[in-house]
Amino acid sequence: MSSDTETDARPTPEKIDRVVIRFAGDSGDGMQLAGTQFTASSAMFGNDLATLPNFPSEIRAPAGTIAGVSSFQVHIADWDILTPGDHPDCLIAMNPAALKANLHDLKPGALIIVNVDAFNERNLAKAGYESNPLEDDSLRAYHVLTAPMEELTKKALVGTGVKGRAVLRSKNFFALGLMSWMYSRPLKPVEQWITKKFGEDNPVAAANLAALHAGYNYGITAEGFHHTFEVEPAALPKGEYTNISGNIATAWGLIAGARAANLPLFLGSYPITPATSILEELAKQKHFGVKTFQAEDEIAGVGSAVGAAFAGNLAATTTSGPGLALKSETISLAFTLELPLIVIDVQRAGPSTGMPTKVEQSDLLFAMYGRHGEAPLPVVSIASPADAFSATMEAVRIATKYMTPVILLSDGYIANSSEPWKLPDVADLPTFPVTFTTEPNHGDEFLPYTRDPETLARPWAIPGTPGLEHRVGGLEKHDGTGNVAYEPDNHQLMTELRAAKIDAIRKDIPPIKVHGDADSKILVLGWGSTFSAIRAGVLNARRNGRSVAHAQIRHLNPLPPDLGDVLEGREVILIPELNNGQFARMIRAEYLIAPRSFAKIQGEPFKADEIEEQLNEICREINS
Amino acid sequence: MNIDVKQYTRADFQSNQEVRWCPGCGDYTILASVQTFLAELGIDREKHVFISGIGCSSRFPYYMNTYGMHSIHGRAPAIASGVAAANPDLTVWVITGDGDALSIGGNHLIHALRRNINLKILLFNNQIYGLTKGQYSPTSEQGKRTKTSPMGSIDYPFNPVSLALGAEATFVARTLDMDRKHTAEILAAAAEHRGTAFIEFYQNCNVFNDKAFIELTSRETRDDNRVYLDHGKPILFGPDNEFGIRIGPTGAEIVEVSKVGIDSIQVHNAKDPEPGVAFALSRLSRGPHGPTPLGIFRDVERPVYEDLLVGQIEEAQAQKGTGDLADLLRSTGTWTTN
Ligand code: SF4
Repeated sequence: MSSDTETDARPTPEKIDRVVIRFAGDSGDGMQLAGTQFTASSAMFGNDLATLPNFPSEIRAPAGTIAGVSSFQVHIADWDILTPGDHPDCLIAMNPAALKANLHDLKPGALIIVNVDAFNERNLAKAGYESNPLEDDSLRAYHVLTAPMEELTKKALVGTGVKGRAVLRSKNFFALGLMSWMYSRPLKPVEQWITKKFGEDNPVAAANLAALHAGYNYGITAEGFHHTFEVEPAALPKGEYTNISGNIATAWGLIAGARAANLPLFLGSYPITPATSILEELAKQKHFGVKTFQAEDEIAGVGSAVGAAFAGNLAATTTSGPGLALKSETISLAFTLELPLIVIDVQRAGPSTGMPTKVEQSDLLFAMYGRHGEAPLPVVSIASPADAFSATMEAVRIATKYMTPVILLSDGYIANSSEPWKLPDVADLPTFPVTFTTEPNHGDEFLPYTRDPETLARPWAIPGTPGLEHRVGGLEKHDGTGNVAYEPDNHQLMTELRAAKIDAIRKDIPPIKVHGDADSKILVLGWGSTFSAIRAGVLNARRNGRSVAHAQIRHLNPLPPDLGDVLEGREVILIPELNNGQFARMIRAEYLIAPRSFAKIQGEPFKADEIEEQLNEICREINS
Repeated sequence: MNIDVKQYTRADFQSNQEVRWCPGCGDYTILASVQTFLAELGIDREKHVFISGIGCSSRFPYYMNTYGMHSIHGRAPAIASGVAAANPDLTVWVITGDGDALSIGGNHLIHALRRNINLKILLFNNQIYGLTKGQYSPTSEQGKRTKTSPMGSIDYPFNPVSLALGAEATFVARTLDMDRKHTAEILAAAAEHRGTAFIEFYQNCNVFNDKAFIELTSRETRDDNRVYLDHGKPILFGPDNEFGIRIGPTGAEIVEVSKVGIDSIQVHNAKDPEPGVAFALSRLSRGPHGPTPLGIFRDVERPVYEDLLVGQIEEAQAQKGTGDLADLLRSTGTWTTN
């Protein structure tokens, strides 16, 4: 089917440089899909973009209630943006609950497009409205447009073969069509996607296409929809881009890391929100030789990975907070075995089950210290979806070079949100091929716990290698031979050697890049997914004349060698975190300074405004 | 015999570590049986990997001059699964005990059995916690007085063979630590089997639970109580094979051959695709008290996990070619800016 509608005469759209749109509806309304497709066509169109999906809790709440509202926010721009936006300029509300749940994020003057068919007494009551907000003047601060999306979808689907209740499933495509009209998006990418996804002859494809076009055409004909907008392609640095989400980039980073290390990839994992899609993605990539093992539990996930590492694979396990706790004992084993292992923690709001679909950075201290015995580990963090690929490769580099497990911290925001990623040239990616030990290293003996003088890493000799048969285990090992040893001095020596090995990684960390006013009295210090909000907040503050520096730390253990210098001489060091001040605590302990913690623990990422406001306040304090 | 195969003696499989079990422990005998067996098996020494958990038996890998890992309590089947999946060319052994495999590690055991991963699981059942010096275990009999059950254990015990059959393990056997000839036969069959092989060893802990298996080991009673299962043969026992096992409507029952006739006696079929009869046999004794089956309860073929795993990779590569990273990065669509 072709989109003849696209050639229709349209009023000249108003050119805007950016817009934040939020698709909101019941979790059964397909808003994630509508948002993702809107994003995909914007990406193809060349906009810069950032997205923020917001899911209700995993269990389907009753339809029509506030608890069941799901939303997808996308920020598109013709310039290099960083965040999914603080406040939507346009909200699509598929029912009263979606309106009510999202209204507080809108600024006066924002555009609201509602599916008026859902605003009946029953749904209004379910959302807790006493009167219909479309009629009681409570929305007068906003620009409200209504469309009978269900009625028109039903009409559009006559003759497609889709009947009955299934008809209404296409209403998200009506909404998408209408938004494509409003924001001058091409329909072609969506049409192609529908045909590919459902198959040319599938009535569902015909139905979704009909709804898409009906939505678009409604914009052309209906009153009020003639003021349209256009966001031109962004002037991103020259290159080839794809729209990437964090979990997919992490999965690809593992594939690339294994390739760089010249090892087969093994992933032992147990499904857990929001980490599961890494396992799903790697299960799809079997032609890369990837082995995915869906274990019976979190412990077996990491256990199987330790076994695969012993056998000579690049082994990884993925999880979220509760799973990291379950894996803790086995990670300590891997630490003392001194085998490479990538442990990926896609953090979510805790403790316990907490808010599994919401973001938090509250596993930092657990990643740092959550093991029994003296067991320091390297901890690497991911700053954004576009950073996930290289951060994952970096974790693999450290793990294989130093023969150690590495904890890679991601979070639910990075996992599910997406942004354009400038594709690296595969030929330019780092390589760090592993050489297994195949010959005795001590006369005609093999001593598994001798160490490389530079890295302190022990040799990796894998089962199947003749003459190097050896045993490893959880009991303390004798320096060199690896035999079971209880001697007091040996235990102290081995503990110190293992710690020194991790500490020596510090020398192998690139210098910190300080952004903004490098010598400013104010430094914003962040780690992980706070990157985009901090960078945007700092940019805004600087545009408004403030002097601020920003550094985002990737290597959390060991910390970069030049961090002390970067912190030196600042009047205020602001540490925004999605936890109760864990990194601030680490910095205080390490450098004996008093950073200022900015803790947000609401299951949501920072807004750029919030960072800027903090900076304004700090400036007022300093200058008063 | 394959001329490429190296010739070994038992000493080739002994590590240089001093064996430190209590004198008289049944573990010594099993260690000797396994080392002797491997010397004759004809698999290169470097292909063997022994993974254990925690407990007296789990020290085993340290005494084997093969690749090995003494891991953490209960997790050996999970770790060994990773070894086997990562490199299907290896022969992977799991050494575990009743506490390790059936208490803290119960979950991993049943899942390894159900997946049919190529592991040889040797469970040393001494019906006690030995390493922690004498607490009741998940196979201790009810009423057993130990330091943690001064008035007698109120826990109902597992029957490991019943459990393995319930998990549809493809190879399930039982042997006795001191019966080296029988052990060698069972090990040979397990090594031959593709998929998970589960062997329960009745292992005497002479320090904390001595004589737990006395009815099967003492000269006076053993002929009355050892019921050897041989595939294709009627299940007979007693000093003169005067007793036999019949499968009746309520399960396996002991009968006198002279009364029921030899034709009523169950002919053992380890290859029976259904585990029902094997399960009935496993119910014959508990404790063990009285006539107790030893031998191979079940030995059937089912697709092996690693074969399926590698098969899917090969199938994907046949369809899509071996993965190309540059293509992968472009797989969800790209755009170019100038
Ligand atoms: S405690 Fe029992 S099982 Fe453990 S080594 Fe001593 S005799 Fe053997």
